[in-house]
Amino acid sequence: MTHKSLLVADARTKKRNAAERRFKAYGLTAIVVAILALIMLLVSVFGTGASSFRQTYATVTVPLPEDKLDKSGVRDIDVMKKVTTIGYTKLLNEGFENVVIASGIPTELSRKDIGGMLSKEAAATIRDHILANSELVGTEATLDLLMNGRIDGYFKGRVTMESAALDSNTSPEELALAQALKDAGIVHTKFNWAFLTNPDASDQRPEAAGLGVAILGSLYMMIVVLVTSLPIAVAASIYLEEFAPKNRWTDLIEVNISNLAAVPSIVYGILGLAIFINFLELNQSSPLVGGLVLSLMTLPRIIIPARAALKSVPPSIRDAALGVGASKMQSVFHHVLPLAAPGILTGVIIGLGQALGETAPLLLIGMVAFVREYPAAYTPDAGLFGEASTALPVQVYNWTQRADPGFVERASGAIITLLIFLLVMNAVAIFLRRKFERRW
Amino acid sequence: MSPAQLTKDTRYMLPMYVPLLATALLAVAGYYFAAKRAAASAGGDIRKLAALPSQYGLFTALSVIIPTLAALIIGLSFGGLGGALPQVLLGVAGLGFLVSIYKISPDFRARTHAETWIKVILIAASVIAILTTVGIVFSMLFETRNFFSQYNWRDFFFSTEWSPNFRGNSALGIIPLLWGTLYISLIALTFAVPVGLFAAIYLSEYASRRTRSFAKPAIEILAGIPTIVYGLFALITVGPFLRDYFAQPMGFGDSASSVMTAGLVMGIMLIPFVSSLSDDIINAVPQAMRDGSLGLGATKSETIRQVVIPAALPGIVGAILLAASRAIGETMIVVLGAGAAARMSLNPFEAMTTVTVKIVSQLTGDTDFASPETLVAFALGLTLFVITLGLNVFALYIVRKYREQYE
Repeated sequence: MTHKSLLVADARTKKRNAAERRFKAYGLTAIVVAILALIMLLVSVFGTGASSFRQTYATVTVPLPEDKLDKSGVRDIDVMKKVTTIGYTKLLNEGFENVVIASGIPTELSRKDIGGMLSKEAAATIRDHILANSELVGTEATLDLLMNGRIDGYFKGRVTMESAALDSNTSPEELALAQALKDAGIVHTKFNWAFLTNPDASDQRPEAAGLGVAILGSLYMMIVVLVTSLPIAVAASIYLEEFAPKNRWTDLIEVNISNLAAVPSIVYGILGLAIFINFLELNQSSPLVGGLVLSLMTLPRIIIPARAALKSVPPSIRDAALGVGASKMQSVFHHVLPLAAPGILTGVIIGLGQALGETAPLLLIGMVAFVREYPAAYTPDAGLFGEASTALPVQVYNWTQRADPGFVERASGAIITLLIFLLVMNAVAIFLRRKFERRW
Repeated sequence: MSPAQLTKDTRYMLPMYVPLLATALLAVAGYYFAAKRAAASAGGDIRKLAALPSQYGLFTALSVIIPTLAALIIGLSFGGLGGALPQVLLGVAGLGFLVSIYKISPDFRARTHAETWIKVILIAASVIAILTTVGIVFSMLFETRNFFSQYNWRDFFFSTEWSPNFRGNSALGIIPLLWGTLYISLIALTFAVPVGLFAAIYLSEYASRRTRSFAKPAIEILAGIPTIVYGLFALITVGPFLRDYFAQPMGFGDSASSVMTAGLVMGIMLIPFVSSLSDDIINAVPQAMRDGSLGLGATKSETIRQVVIPAALPGIVGAILLAASRAIGETMIVVLGAGAAARMSLNPFEAMTTVTVKIVSQLTGDTDFASPETLVAFALGLTLFVITLGLNVFALYIVRKYREQYE
């Protein structure tokens, strides 16, 4: 038998060491794959969505002749309302053509084509403006008006001269004119506040679509979720952690809660449809029903961390309270609960975050409806949070189902908004945990 | 009386907020009134009372609120008692107030009784969990029974054709939907399990503290992203990419939404789920077992493969089953990424559909709760619930059993 030096690795050792390195490389690859997936996801969403926060406007001076807009001559709102957006569109086309002529840019486009470069929403904007400021009739008004989605897409790189040549909604001549107007400072791009405040818009005008109703609906639902699930979850976890005897009945509740946390969310949608809408006859599409469904779904997801928070309070605290004559209930409510509160709060915020991003159950209770009216928190007819509304994640789904490619940008922009809300909520949760967490 | 008539008639009744506001006011007023009255009953010397005056107050307030809430819930579940519910609630609140005030005397142990009321609240809150499950099962059972009275259950469970037709004569077989569901879940798990498991092994056994402090939160971010975001990612990025670079050049078809698209994106969603569960489980394997193996001269990877993983295997299987249950019940990714055509094919680049997609499509838009085309969604939902429940119960049982082993 030949003895080799320990310092020289033999074939078997080399093989084993190679296997070791390979194994480690697999692990590293897995981490890299996961992080790359995250980066690709974020790049994809931010890449397509970031541009929805900027929007192209044109500064247009619109003539407002009295004989067209106010036949009564006394600024009677009811008479002025008889002029529809079609009437305003004509004035708008005229005004925009005048602007183009005044700028000295040569173009062969007709007045209708030039006017068509503005959004279909522009006529409604100017009509609302005139109805609110009737003294402007007889003069002229200078306003920033939305350009249509194709022109806007050209400045964002979504529409090119080649694609415009194939597109019946725009033409390379229009894009060239738009570019010239931009150079002349008449067309400009600015931060799009309207995206966060406007309601949804119809299929042909993605440039006017906004998240106002969706944000309001999501806010209402979060209020409902917070008000219903926080007290119930805290009460349930106090009972299970502090009072429940160990028997079959409480075992059943425990198994139940961990199962409910894993039930597919769409099942809660079916539950909401059957119980809240078909049986209790609450309003379809209302934030109340949406909030209740999300509360049922969130409850087990809050109870689990809340119980962990209660459990982490050391028994000596309870014993001390009982020792000086407090009742069991007093020891829990005066001592254990305040100490567990930061942990419970963290769990609640994370649960709310999950509820905010949940989509599937809301589709089933009718929140996919097209809603342009801002829902009121309370009306005598619809009750509390009873008016039809939509929600942020559902709005994303809605926009993905539209034909106009401009809506893809809007959907990604809505996701960015949603992710920012989630980021803020989670940051608050982490801050609370860091600030108040106590190690015993 | 039809539902429409009911809502019309209730306009003449008391609006619901009247009794609820009245109850709240009565509870607040009762608190102070009872506290005062208790002090007065002891002649102003509260040392003679069996409890603090505030506890008398608490008892009265709870005696007003809890029975009223109970009546509200019972009343609502009986359909509003034909519009008489507000009056009933007012009566119950008043009765609670009177009885609790009548009970006040220096010997009455108000604290004990108030705490009994509180305990009732706590128990009721935990029973809601049970009620939710009961609600889920019954709401679906009821409509599923309606469905099976109109549609043969054998055709539902065993037919391989799915073509709903709102004019009647639909074929509603669940097999193609189950096929799509399982195929997508399989692809998702094939991607997520190795990646998640290796990530967990690397993080818990190899990674330096610095790598860990950066990689672990990054992976957890994936878990916090809503599924609609993954759905959009599948729709606008992964789907077109797979179609242009794989499906079309390789002649597998030209559909952007496909089993592969949905499966891959769902796989990404499941990575943090698998890795965080496996991480817990691997960390629960006692250090002494690793030390023993390393002491015998095994390398680190040999220790992991031959000692740690076999010891953690039951827990890991549990984690994979939980991930499978998540994959089967996932909705938004498949709605946006998988397509809507019910089809049974082996080609992963073809659009197929799942149980959850069909629940959404049958229950959105115009629905008629008397037609089998709508009611089938409840049967699909119940099937989904039963499958995921079975997986969850089994997985939780394994995980729990495994934890006990090393505790």
